[in-house]
Amino acid sequence: MTEIVSPPAAQSQMRDSIQVRRAVAADLSEVIALDEAVTGIAKAAYWQDVFERYGERRLHERFFLVAEAADERPGERIMGLIIGEIRAWEFGSEPCGWVFAFSVRPQVRLKGVGRRLFAAMSQAFRQAGARTMRTMVARENTLHMSFFRSEGMMAGPYLQLEKSLDENQEDLTF
Amino acid sequence: MKLQMASQLAFYALLELAKEPDKQLSVAEIADRYGVSPHHLAKVMHVLGRANLVRSVRGVGGGYQFSGNARRTTLLDVVQLFGDFSEKPKLITANGGREKVEALGEVLKEIDDIARATLGSITLSTMINLIERRRRQSHGRSEARPSVSA
Repeated sequence: MTEIVSPPAAQSQMRDSIQVRRAVAADLSEVIALDEAVTGIAKAAYWQDVFERYGERRLHERFFLVAEAADERPGERIMGLIIGEIRAWEFGSEPCGWVFAFSVRPQVRLKGVGRRLFAAMSQAFRQAGARTMRTMVARENTLHMSFFRSEGMMAGPYLQLEKSLDENQEDLTF
Repeated sequence: MKLQMASQLAFYALLELAKEPDKQLSVAEIADRYGVSPHHLAKVMHVLGRANLVRSVRGVGGGYQFSGNARRTTLLDVVQLFGDFSEKPKLITANGGREKVEALGEVLKEIDDIARATLGSITLSTMINLIERRRRQSHGRSEARPSVSA
């Protein structure tokens, strides 16, 4: 497979023109388009709900950040996003920062956008008092897994367990 | 989790070479750093060369130089060259005990899948950064220790 690597100058130029900031309502259409470009599914209602919860409420512990390229055309400036929040006492854990959404426009990957978003979220969590940052990645998702590993994340003390509810089960009396 | 000795030697050799890709090291130099047999290491380097991860440099001061892509080569890529994780584990079959075999197989597959995902997501570049981070932390701890006056 031929690897396409942006020359260092292009990476530096991209990094310099990127600003990471909190998402605002006007970003939503671009966020929806970015997500659709990556996942193939348009989820307008989902992102509206996510923005209302993580972009407008409890902002001292919830962070919906976007990376904006100022020199791109209006409507095509959001290069990536990262969403996280401080969660406390779930699964017996002390307060820590959880990242649950992370996406970079495919055309601008490997240019430092992801690293800027990750660094901004790390700082937001630290300033909110968290000393640990966590996320969950599907085993087959080598793209995200490799990125988070490259940023120093290692396996945590928890194991995600699951069970199918489609199996035939004996009737339980409560 | 156990890895074959050859896989471990391959890791150490690649990490030595990949952190300074412009330099070359001989088998003797790498073997000396880790206290391992140059004979065993030479066989490992031969396999790494066939996989285009290293190239031999002939002439005076020759040796091996890293020729792969540290940001794309994962630990899984390396261990599979030496037979680790290249096959499904074989279980003893039991007469009339198909469910036992399947249940044990499911548990072992879970362990195997987690190990594959871990090794498959860590590149040589990430390992080099991890080593450097540990070195810095260790250096910071040793500087923080109070000195003992004579």
